[in-house]
Amino acid sequence: MKVLVPVKRVIDFNVAVRVKADRTGVDLANVKMSINPFCEIAVEEAVRLKEKGIATEVVAVSVGPQGASETLRTALAMGADRAILVKHDGELEPLTVAKILRGVCAEEKPELVILGKQAIDDDCNQTGQMLAALLGWPQGTFAAKIDIEGGRIAVTREVDGGLQSVSLSLPAIVTTDLRLNEPRYASLPNIMKARKKPIAEKSVADYGVDPTPRLKVLEVREPEKRKAGGKVASAAELVSKLRERGVI
Amino acid sequence: MASLVIAEHNGLALDEGTAKTVAAAAQISQPVHILVAGQACGAVAEQAAKLGGVEKVLVADDARYAHFLAEPVAELVLSLAAGYDALLAAATANGKGVMPRVAAKLDVPQISEILSVESPDIFRRPIYAGNAIQTVEAKGFKKVITVRVAAFTAVAKDGNAAIEPVAAAADPGISQFVSENLSRSERPELQGAKIIVSGGRGLQSKDNFVLIERIADKLGAAVGASRAAVDAGFVPNDRQVGQTGKIVAPELYIAVGISGAIQHLAGMKDSKVIVAINKDESAPIFGVADYGLVADLFEALPELEKALDQK
Repeated sequence: MKVLVPVKRVIDFNVAVRVKADRTGVDLANVKMSINPFCEIAVEEAVRLKEKGIATEVVAVSVGPQGASETLRTALAMGADRAILVKHDGELEPLTVAKILRGVCAEEKPELVILGKQAIDDDCNQTGQMLAALLGWPQGTFAAKIDIEGGRIAVTREVDGGLQSVSLSLPAIVTTDLRLNEPRYASLPNIMKARKKPIAEKSVADYGVDPTPRLKVLEVREPEKRKAGGKVASAAELVSKLRERGVI
Repeated sequence: MASLVIAEHNGLALDEGTAKTVAAAAQISQPVHILVAGQACGAVAEQAAKLGGVEKVLVADDARYAHFLAEPVAELVLSLAAGYDALLAAATANGKGVMPRVAAKLDVPQISEILSVESPDIFRRPIYAGNAIQTVEAKGFKKVITVRVAAFTAVAKDGNAAIEPVAAAADPGISQFVSENLSRSERPELQGAKIIVSGGRGLQSKDNFVLIERIADKLGAAVGASRAAVDAGFVPNDRQVGQTGKIVAPELYIAVGISGAIQHLAGMKDSKVIVAINKDESAPIFGVADYGLVADLFEALPELEKALDQK
């Protein structure tokens, strides 16, 4: 089966984000960008399916600026076979990305699409579910484990009270949670090899999708800072302070 | 026109988050209706009918909704969507699964995890794990929203809404429930708890977590954990407080042996009162704590237990 893995280029998770002084957004100038961590888990899972002989081809796709080709190189170095860059500068809403991915699915005809459950920039947690709805496919969100057998996929999901297992018909959408796997580090030979793997370039217009955002961002600001209180000397003092405050 | 709140429940009891979602809905569009989708969920419908300001409770009682699978539930919500200008659910695993499907089928953007309603069209929501707050305007289309319930105050339970059955919608038949493995605990749920006691890597082992549990039981508190403690296998995944775990805002949050990584702070910094117990004086958790105790937790916790016993 062919597996499609959409990946997003985001601010590296170790970078402390700074809100721009004019409150129009977050400062992206000269900031280290990386593959979204949940997308990295998605690539790893797809590559493992290929290593097990279940996936025949792993195709990575990213919608974003030219710089997203670096993100695709990361996916290729991890073991994806080829990549598609749908070039777009500027903000895109999850629904727009889902519509573009629907177009990619129509061309590529994957049997499984694995996505990160959310991107750590906009924290939307929407694209996978939206793509599933647009395609009329089932979704295994927040996956902690997947098994493909007999034309179906079993997904163990991280839900609020514990774990839930579902069985989905294929084709299907899976979104990854943190504990699905631990992504590998790409080896130097694989990084070199990835440079020779093909990245096809497309545009948003190729998929007939209007990229104009419909939500209007009025302002982005820093959260209110919490002030540190004082130290207490002992557990007994802590308990008396909490009793005074009326919280215990 | 009206807003529709999708109830969060376990088949028997309505989740406290629903009362908070209703509070958000009432600020966007009234009257507020609640949809209870489930199987044999009459008791849940009755609890929902008591929520203040709710006009009507719609009950879709059918086997296909027993496990709240996103595919059939989204179809149900879509079958009712025409009558509402806002559709809301708590930002839980269920809400996050269903609502984007609904939004995509309605061809509207979804507004995720709102923190406040500034006006019926303007919402605040966290981005970058709460390190920035975005204000967005959604005008000219049906609003599909998930609500960060920790940021809202529950409506009172003084209502008396009418309960009406609604027909089940077509089941796409592409997903099946297999099993679930939910952690059973006598302690309160993390998201509804007034007090949470959380342990981190400082606990050093699964067995030592009993120290946390003993304090929690003295306080009637829920037990939480940092990602480090979960990854180390001290406690199950669903105990995790943080950006990728549960987002909580209890009256009192006691962090024990937790250094305070950004990831963890994102999940608890809106708690009313924060206590930190850590032996490392420079741990970032002290930067957000109202009361800090610099001490070895293996000495501090037994002392804390003793102090709690003394009235």
